[in-house]
Amino acid sequence: MICQECNERPATLHFTNFSNGEKTELHLCERCAQEKGEMFLMSQGPGFSINHFLQGLLNMDSPFQQKTKEPFQHETVLQCEQCSMTFPQFIKVGRFGCGNCYATFREHLIPVTRRLHSGNSSHIGKIPKRVGGTLQLQRNITSLKQTLSDHIAKEEFEKAVEVRDQIRSLEKKLAVERKEGE
Amino acid sequence: MSLERFINQAVSSWMSEDGPDSDIVLSSRIRLARNLREVTFPSIATKESAEAVIKAVEERISNGCPTRFGPLEMLKVDDIQPLQKRVLVEKHLISPHLAEHSLNGAFLLSDNEEVSIMINEEDHIRIQCLFPGLQLTEALKAANEVDDWLEEKINYAFDEQYGYLTSCPTNVGTGLRASVMMHLPGLVLTRQMNKILPAINQLGLVVRGIYGEGSEALGNIFQISNQTTLGKSEEDIVDDLKGVVSQLISQERSARDALAKTSNIQLEDRVFRSFGVLENSRIIESKEAASCLSDVRLGIDMGYIKDLSRSILNELMILTQPGFLQQYAGGPLRPDERDIRRAALIRERIRMETNQ
Repeated sequence: MICQECNERPATLHFTNFSNGEKTELHLCERCAQEKGEMFLMSQGPGFSINHFLQGLLNMDSPFQQKTKEPFQHETVLQCEQCSMTFPQFIKVGRFGCGNCYATFREHLIPVTRRLHSGNSSHIGKIPKRVGGTLQLQRNITSLKQTLSDHIAKEEFEKAVEVRDQIRSLEKKLAVERKEGE
Repeated sequence: MSLERFINQAVSSWMSEDGPDSDIVLSSRIRLARNLREVTFPSIATKESAEAVIKAVEERISNGCPTRFGPLEMLKVDDIQPLQKRVLVEKHLISPHLAEHSLNGAFLLSDNEEVSIMINEEDHIRIQCLFPGLQLTEALKAANEVDDWLEEKINYAFDEQYGYLTSCPTNVGTGLRASVMMHLPGLVLTRQMNKILPAINQLGLVVRGIYGEGSEALGNIFQISNQTTLGKSEEDIVDDLKGVVSQLISQERSARDALAKTSNIQLEDRVFRSFGVLENSRIIESKEAASCLSDVRLGIDMGYIKDLSRSILNELMILTQPGFLQQYAGGPLRPDERDIRRAALIRERIRMETNQ
């Protein structure tokens, strides 16, 4: 067999790669394998990260689930309405099919995101201005309420009154925006 | 084409310009992953759904681009020659995944190549900002501007609990990957890297040698990035990374001081031997080139070598990759021919400096 890369030297190294259920074969001479290896390492090195262990992580739940099941019970498989991806499929490939999958598999995802993101399961970062809706307002109110109780605890009542008024006006705004959204 | 012109065309700002702490931090990168609502993700995309993403972005550009970055032009992966693709990958402007495996893959680049937007990669949209030196906050600001500009017209997939929804659950939440490329020869030479790596991993950050295998980093260049994308704000992710990077910078500086004090002549010898190899060799493999370039760059930073510009490491690490060598040669080269070309290019690049 001749090397696929240089088509000159005999292929002495044979690679078989299984990824996402696809099998690819590569036959190279030592020289080209080394060059290609450098290319792989340079560009795809970062690719071998937690993603590859995801399948293992996601599967960790299954032994428990199987134990609690009745032996002849029919399994109801969760399936996304929008892209028809099923939960077992998601576990296999480690990738969602569309944004709606998150809603479909929501309950099952909390332990997964906790493992992946140092115990966290909710977003506290940026909110898109248009699509985010009233979320930013809600967050501001929650944080002001915290400030309010801090002021009360420290007996800073004048400041507390200011904050309370701010909360009221934001809550009004929230009610209006919610109505508009409906 | 003359080497000078080739380099001018090939070099992005992060390779040639200085930034804060750029004696140790080569570049800072911010990547934001975004997806469109009600369109299937690229992992199971059809021709039509992938086309819908391209259309949405095209429409957005037709309404004008954010002025700060100049015009952004869309290029389709299928229209590009394999060699050009490889060059773009070597410059970190597009990912290998986009170049090789995407359906209807495309990308937008700013003139100075600091902003790139990949379309139909693992996610519908990936915004990337690449700045010289330690400029994570600046890069995040730029990425946010591009993000806000896109969001004005594009409906993102966003969830109150999970934040920005991504194809892979490892990116969900902020969709933010912040990373920094660092040159750490002092810590490697004083054998401290093996102790530092596990400590950094414990902080939820990932370290890897970008041009090498495992803990052995070719050219002593390491990439440090965040792993957690959910449950932390963008600013906190960047600040935490910055904190660790500042620590590494001061440890690297003290390692260099210690080396200068304890083994000055040995270090000087090493630097000038490597310089000699680069200046004179006629055949050089990429591994040897990387290690010599790292030594020479250290020599410049520590004042052993005076009349050579610092950007030589950043530039030549990229320019001596197989794709670039072949582009400079104007056609495909066999691996043994590349080693000869590589040696010639490095010699010529050094001569360019010393003649001036």
